[in-house]
Formats: sequence, structure tokens, C-alpha cells
Amino acid sequence: MRPAVGLLALLSHWRRHPFQLAMLLVGLSLATALWSGVQAINAEARASYDRAANVLGLDGLPRLTMVDGSAVPLARYGDLRRAGWPVSPVIEGPLPGSDLRLIGIDLLTLPTEARLMDPAALDLQGFVAVGGEVLVPAGAAARLRLPDQPRLRETADLPPGIALADIAQAERILAAPGLSYLLLSRDAALPADLPADLVLARPAAGEDIARLTDSFHLNLTAFGLLSFAVGLFIVYSTIGLAFEQRRGVFRTLRALGLSAAALTGLLLAELLLLSPAAGVIGVGLGYLVAAVLLPDVAATLRGLYGAEVPGTLGFRPAWWLGGLAISVAGTLMAAAQSLWRLWHLPLLATAQPRAWAHQAASGVRWQAGVGAGLLALACGLGLWGVGLWAGFGLLAALLLGAALILPLILHALTFCAGRLARGVLAQWFWADTRQQLPGLSLALMALMLALSANVGVGTMVGSFRLTFTGWLDQRLASELYVTARSAEEAAELTAWLAPRTTVILPIWSAETMIEGQPAEVYGMTDHATYRDNWPILLGAAEMWDRLAAGQAVLLNEQLYRRGGLALGDLVDLPGGALPVAGVYSDYGNPRPQVIVATDLLVARFPDIPRLRFALRVDPAQSAALAQEMRAVFDLPEAAVLDNTRVKAMSLQVFERTFAVTGALNVLTLSVAGVAIFASLMTLSGMRVVQLAPVWALGLTKGRLAALDFARTLVLAVLTLVIALPLGLVLAWALLAVVNVAAFGWRLPMAVFPADWLALAGFTLLAASLAALGPWRRLARMAPANLLRVFSHAR
Amino acid sequence: MRVKGWLAILATVLVCAGQEAPAQGFAGMGEAVKGFANPDPSHRFAFPADHGAHPDFRIEWWYLTATLTGPDGTDYGAQWTLFRTALRPGEGTGFASPQLWMGHAALTSAERHLFAEKLGRGGVGQAGVKVSPFAAWIDDWQMISRASPGADALSALDLNASGAGFAYRLALEAKGPIVAQGDQGYSVKSAAGQASHYYSQPFYTVTGTITLEGKDIAVTGQAWLDREWSSQPLAPDQTGWDWFSLKFDDGARLMGFRLRDGGAGYLSATWIDADGTPTPMPPGALRLTPLEETRVAGRDIPVCWRVELPQKAVDVTAAALNPQSFMDTTVPYWEGPIVFSGSHTGRGYLEMTGYE
Repeated sequence: MRPAVGLLALLSHWRRHPFQLAMLLVGLSLATALWSGVQAINAEARASYDRAANVLGLDGLPRLTMVDGSAVPLARYGDLRRAGWPVSPVIEGPLPGSDLRLIGIDLLTLPTEARLMDPAALDLQGFVAVGGEVLVPAGAAARLRLPDQPRLRETADLPPGIALADIAQAERILAAPGLSYLLLSRDAALPADLPADLVLARPAAGEDIARLTDSFHLNLTAFGLLSFAVGLFIVYSTIGLAFEQRRGVFRTLRALGLSAAALTGLLLAELLLLSPAAGVIGVGLGYLVAAVLLPDVAATLRGLYGAEVPGTLGFRPAWWLGGLAISVAGTLMAAAQSLWRLWHLPLLATAQPRAWAHQAASGVRWQAGVGAGLLALACGLGLWGVGLWAGFGLLAALLLGAALILPLILHALTFCAGRLARGVLAQWFWADTRQQLPGLSLALMALMLALSANVGVGTMVGSFRLTFTGWLDQRLASELYVTARSAEEAAELTAWLAPRTTVILPIWSAETMIEGQPAEVYGMTDHATYRDNWPILLGAAEMWDRLAAGQAVLLNEQLYRRGGLALGDLVDLPGGALPVAGVYSDYGNPRPQVIVATDLLVARFPDIPRLRFALRVDPAQSAALAQEMRAVFDLPEAAVLDNTRVKAMSLQVFERTFAVTGALNVLTLSVAGVAIFASLMTLSGMRVVQLAPVWALGLTKGRLAALDFARTLVLAVLTLVIALPLGLVLAWALLAVVNVAAFGWRLPMAVFPADWLALAGFTLLAASLAALGPWRRLARMAPANLLRVFSHAR
Repeated sequence: MRVKGWLAILATVLVCAGQEAPAQGFAGMGEAVKGFANPDPSHRFAFPADHGAHPDFRIEWWYLTATLTGPDGTDYGAQWTLFRTALRPGEGTGFASPQLWMGHAALTSAERHLFAEKLGRGGVGQAGVKVSPFAAWIDDWQMISRASPGADALSALDLNASGAGFAYRLALEAKGPIVAQGDQGYSVKSAAGQASHYYSQPFYTVTGTITLEGKDIAVTGQAWLDREWSSQPLAPDQTGWDWFSLKFDDGARLMGFRLRDGGAGYLSATWIDADGTPTPMPPGALRLTPLEETRVAGRDIPVCWRVELPQKAVDVTAAALNPQSFMDTTVPYWEGPIVFSGSHTGRGYLEMTGYE
């Protein structure tokens, strides 16, 4: 017998069961879609970090600036070079008439590690000169309205928001009074001690962004994997069903002389035919998912980390191929058990169709043992784990352990229910439920994972939102915030504002290194605004008085946790260390921050710009005052902000941040719904043998179907009940372990029972929809089919 | 991406800025350029002004090579070069200056050849040449005059440079006059009439210290400074040159070069008596014959030559002190000390460009 004929015979099954084929393809493509969608988002974001690093590797290189923050005089640059300092000048500023930041570089002295864009992308002869080309990101040229338009060239190698030009051209366009800063190579040997008027900063901002955003991408990847795993349950069910239904065909083919090896090979070939097809659909869907979600991801990354990612998706062959590969690999994984059994099937096996389910049941105990071990590991990680990876390890162990132990719990519950049940029918119901568990357990595990992820992430986001809005109210206690453009303007502004406001509070800050990290130092003027509102997490006695007297500092939570500091510990600041008197929450800021008295700030950093102020005014008057201020001083819109607007903007960023999480959550839950559906369809085909005797004993098809329907709902509700506490533990892990490691802050946990009700409703709906098909099938089943059970010895 | 790649392209910019045509000849030097001044045969050198830069010309260099000897008799060679290239004729202030500068320094022994390169822009003080008091510099490498008042600025120089694994600090004293090359400083480079302004100071004695891999070595020796500027020194079909400076033990000097083209090449030589009197040699007088090639930096380069000047009864064989004296810089070329013997003995420097 030729293999091709055998393959055709096998494939004919799908022609007769188009629904099954659809299920297989849907499951596989959904799994692939979520997986590759997440991968696409990650790849896009990573590529854009690379591009950002490519511009100059600027953020990764040490730089020299003037102590007072002023521009570095040109002559100073020449003097430093002649003294042997390997510095390279950069002029940077907002490109007029655009939303781009123009960076002017000197190619002749640029440090070798400052990785640049592809030289092929650059017409160098047109670059180095006054009047040389200005490189802008793709798509930006059309938006620009530059005075005496320089030659522009678009290039895909630039990150969004950045324009690149020769320093001579940048000097002219920006009318720069001097150099913004001087770059050094990372390991440059410095010829002498640093002159007193210069400061050396060794920012690791680029790496910081990579490190910080890593946690975010890991988060997405975890979601992608979860979705993929859930999707594979569908594939597993469908392949299992097709296998069961084709036992007759297998037997016939084997009887006609096809060897077990050839038959297995044919089934493998069939899968290798189907899975790439599903993979292509999946990757296509994944592209759509990514394209829809990417703007939100971009907003998240910008809002949380200040990392620039374009909101548009590029075409990357690597993840197309990756998506296809994972689809094929997933299919083979899901089919491995079926293929293994086929390989070992006796030639004319009339094996019980349900035998494998019983066999699986025997594995439940072993599986539960592994699950318990994983849960113990999760406990250990929760108690003693440190860092982000421990946090994610905890999540993984917790979810997997709970999933593995689920069948045993359900088994026990149904067993107890059966014991307690009164009446034959009820006892049969529970016994039959228990008997179905092995076949359904994978789908139920999928459901539980999706549900607990939903509860966990929902609780985390909800807790975060509550905390965040409360924090915003505290933090933005002043009615207006104004930024002057120059010291003179600041003086005029404060003079003008003095009679019109209750108080003017300076918001001045300096940059310095604290605990080996670049950090911000803010000045705080002693006032009730802060004493009453500032979001203090921990405070020593007399905290405000000591801060005001310049005897102590406040830290943000990030610095407090990362630095492992305690109240009373000394924090090194230029000009002398000061003890920590308090810790405040500072959400959305990845950097360490220290607050000192304004007088102390000015004394320690005499040259900082003194341009920003918070204004306390009668809230009813604030809008009018803002208008008047803009008009009198001709201030740009963004120079005067009122607190309601800032809050609205912050909340918007927040909502967008978690829009992605929410979307993935819903998608995962939907896939779990499909998984239950597929499992039930599989089971309903096999259960005729068990239902026929009950039917013969007098139970109508309608009641049988109703009982089956009820059973599905009962199992779904039981799963939900188990998923709920698991979800809360998950939320705790996210808030108290992962967040602290990833962002540096810990959030109080709040619970949202209303959300659980909604989730329960959604679960019942999904389970009902999934059970509807099998119910109708059973209700409409011809009595002859049920009768046939007694005449056939399958 | 490697910055090296960038710089290689930048090299093209340095030498053929504003040109649409692909680079021709060695490092694009064989290209016609509009707007720049052209060498003028009637120009007579005026010092100290001509020691300084000529920003209206496209390219210019201050090129010093020294043959040195250590206390144990070991031979060394040192090179200090400042190149100037203009994107456009003229000067500007700040980064608007169209002048770009490139410095090369090298220290050579029979075993080692260490070199470094620096790039910089004019107008911002990083690199340049000042006439009075004379100073030529790029970053912390400098060639500054310590000539007594009234003497020629180049008659006494302090020179320093450093790079990975090497450094030198040399004091130079001229023991003879400045020598105009070619026809009173107008040095023709091709039959088509390409030319440059060219003078030399071939009579320096040197004392100083070199640092080779962390070890300071006191050295003495002789040095030769070349000053040359032009806007287009090569004919379009010329691909590179072989340039010799020979310092005979009897005090005479010989400068000779061959510009290679598809045919026999264009040869030129100046005989310099021990008292500094130059004699331009007629075309065909100098004969240069490569004797032996060595594989250097992926190319075959002749590192042993027969140099003949029958008019002066010169027939010597010149061999590189270190055949691997390759300057793998933005514009790569071979430059190193040579030792010659035959009819005469002595030491000198050899420069070879355009070998691919």
C-alpha cells in the first residue's frame, strides 16, 4: 500500500469533520497569534532601543558638563583637547519648528564606542559641514517646518524624536551659545584631575532602560507563553479527538499492510501539513494583535521608563519564522502522546476508547506531587527570593503548581460530593463527573490559569490605580506649576505673582550621583502644602523640622529599597552626608530621588537653574491666574500647568499602561473558553457509550443533556473558586515581589469583589457557550445511535 | 558598527569633499577641484608666513621623519605628521571652519611599528598651525618653535606625540638652511603639469626620549621636515607614489619620488649638497627599481629598492628597517625608516602610497 493513499485516507477524516479541522486550526492559530504578537511587540521595542543606543550610545557614555549647568564654551573644548582630554563635543536642543530633538555631533572626535547608524545610510560628504544634511526619522520630514529649511534626509536608523546633524550645522540651526556637553569614551584614561568647573557624569541610562524595560518585556513574554500554553490545550484536545475517532481507520490501514512506523509517519506528515498552515494564520493574527497593542505598549514604555518606541510595527522575518516554528513545535508537543500510543497500539487493537483516560487518572497523583513540590518552591521563593527573577520564578511555580494539583482537588471535591449525594441520579452525576475529569482536566487547568491570571493582574492594576490616584492628589497639592525660561523671567514672575498667590514654592533640582546611580536632588521649602500632603511612607520623629533645618533628607521609595537604606542612615551628597529622615512614594519615576531643604540645595548646588515654581492660590482663581500669567509674560501653554490637568495626563498614561495587560487578559480568557469547548466536543463524542445505559434506564435525552450542561457549569464554578485565592496570591506576588524588584515600589493591595462577580459571570457565560454545542448534539442524537452502543462491541 | 568604517569614508571626505565623482588616485587626490587656489610657479616662499597654513589650498602637510639611534646603537624611526584638508577654500570661525585636520604619529624599531592617528576640526582650537610663535598641533601632539628671536621659526623645534604603547619627546635643531624643492619651491608632479609648493628642512639633528612599551630610551639622530601644499597634486591617472629622503653620511641629501601611473611613472629628484644648495635633477635622472616585495597588511609592497642617480654617482640599495612599517590609518600607507648601502651609506625614510 502506498503511503500517499494512506495519507489521503487519513486526511479524509478532516473532510468529514470540518468542524474539528476548524477547531484544530483555531486553537493552533490563536496560540501562535498571541505568542507571536507578543514577540513582535518585544522585537519592535528592542529594535528601537538598539536604534536609540545607536544614535550615539550617548546615554551610555560618560560626559562632562559645566558645574553650573551652563553651556561649555567652545574655547574650553579646544583647551581640553590640547591638554589631552579625549572629549567629543555635542550640541543638543529642540529642533525649532518640530517635535524633534536635534543632536549635533563631531564625527572626527566621536568616541569609538559611540555606535553610529549604518554608514551606508549616511552620505558623509553631505553631512560634515555647515549646511550639511540633517537626518530625521522616517516620516518626519513632511511634518517639519524649519526656518531656512536645511537639507533633510529621512532614515529608518534613527529612533523617533531624534534628528542628527553635524555639529557645525546644529550650532547654526540651534544658535547654540556653546556646547551642550562633552562625551568621553567609556574607559578613557583621563590625563589629569577634573577641573573644578566641570562635572563628570557616568550615566548608565541606556542600560538602565534596557534593565527596567526588561521586566516589562518579560511580563509580556510570560503572558504570551501563558496564552500559547492555553492554546495548546485546544490543539491537544482536538488531536486527541481525531485520534479516537480514527481508531477504525488506523485498524483498517494497519490490516491492509501499513506498518506502525509508516502509519505514525503519515500522521506526523499530516500534522506537519496542518501546523504550518495554522502557523501562517496565527502569525498573521499575531501581527494584527501586535499592531493594535503596540501604540499602547509604546505609550507604556514612554510613560514608565522614558524609552522611545515608535507606535508602528516593522516587518521582521525572524519572528514570522519563529511563529511558524513555534506552531509546528507546539503541535508536535500536543500530538506526542497520541503518536506514542499509536506507535504502541497492537495491530488490531480494539482498545477501549476510554482506556487512556483511566490511565491518565492514575497519573493524577504523581502530577499532584509535582504540583505540591512547585507550590513549596513558590513559598520558598516568596519568603526568601530576591530580585525580579525570583519574582517571576515565584509566579511560574505558583501557577504551574496550582494547575498540576487542580485535577486532584477536583477529584476530591467530586468524590466528597458523591458521598454526600442522596439518590441514584445524583450519585451517578458526581461519579460520572469524576470519571470525565481526566479528559477535561487539561481544559480546566487552562481555564484556571486564565482565571487566576485575570484575578491577579486585575487586583494588581486596581490596587495600583487606587494608590496612584490618591498619591497624585497628595503629590500635586499645589494648584499651579509654572516654569520660567530664564533667571530674569523667573525673578519677574515671582515678583508679579507674590501679591496674587498664597505662597510660591520653588521646585528646583540638581543631578548628582547617589549610591553609584545618577539621581535627582530636589529642594523643598517648608510649608503646610508639603507637611499636610506629601505622600510619606515612613517618617522619623520631627521629620519636617529636621528637613527644613537642613539636618536630614527624604528619599523616594525606589532609592530607599534599592539602596537597602534605613531611617537614620547617612546618604552621601556633594558637600557632606545627611541622615535619612523619611521615605515617600514616587510612582512612575525609575530614578533615585532625594529631597533636601531648598536652602540646602542652593548652598550645595549654587549654579542650578531656578526656574520652576509651585503656586498655592484659591482653586477657584487658578484658571484665571494661569490665563493672565500666560498673557502677561507671553508664556507658552506648557509653561503653566494646573494640577487637574497634570492629574488627568498622568491618569491617561496610567490607563494606557495597563490597557495592554487588560487586552491580553481578555484574549487569554477567551482562548481558555475555546479550550473548554474543544474538550467538551471531544468528550461528547466518546461519551455515548456511558450515556446509553443511563438513557436505557429511562432518563430522557433532554435530561441527560441538561445534566451534562450543568456538569460543565459546576466544574467551571469549582475551577473559579479555586482560581480566586490563587489569583489573590498572584496579585500579592506581583505587588509585593515583582513590582518592588521591577519598579522599586511596593503597593498596598486592595480587593475588588465586584470584579470577581463580573469574572464569574464571564466564566459561566464562556462555559455555557462551550457546553451549548455538545448539549444540542446530545439532545438531538438519534435514539438509534444510543441503541447501537449495545449492538456494537467497539 | 565599527567607527573605523565611518572614518574610512570620512577619509574620502577629507580628501575629496564636495566631489560627486568617485575617488580617484590615492585617497582621491587625483581629482580636479574648483574654487581652491592653484600652485603658482612664480610664488617665492616668504617666511614665517609660509610656515603657516594656506587655507585657500585644499591640502597641506607638516611632515617630519626622524632616524634615531639608542644608547646601545639600536635604530629607531619616528614620524610626526599634521595634515590639513579643506572642505571649502578659506577659513571660518567655530565649527563653521571648513578646515579638517589629521595627525599621524609613529615609532618604529626593527621589531615594532606603533602608530596613532588623531582627527580634528579647525576653528575650535583643537588643531591648527600658528605662525608666530610657530606652533602646529592636534590635541596634545605638538610641534612648537623654540627658535631664538631673529632665527627662522623652524630652526629649532620641540616635538611630541604619543599613542598606544609609545610616546616620544624630541628636540630638533637645524644645522643647515631651508631647501626649496623643484623649481624654487614649485614641484611638478606630472607631465600634465600638476604641481605643489614644496620646501624641506633636511638638516635637523635630534636629541630626545622615546618611550616604547613603557621603557624610556634616550635617542639621538637626524630629522627631515617636509612642507607641501597644493590643491591637486596628482594627475587623474596617477595611483600613488614612492618617496625617498636619503641622508648620506657625508652630509648630502637626496629627495626623490616616483608617481606611479599606467606607464613608466613620473620621477623627480632634488640633490642637496651638504651646505644646503639644491640641484633639481632633470627628468630621467633618477632611477628607482623595486627589488623585493613583502606582504604587508594584505598587500604586496616593495620594501627593498635600488636607487640610482648616475649624475651624482649614486647607486645604493635601500632596505626597510622594519618591512611592516604600515600606517593602517584612515588613509593607509607605508612609511618607515630605511638603511642604505652601496656607492653611499646612510639612512633615510621611505613613503609608499596607493598599494592595494
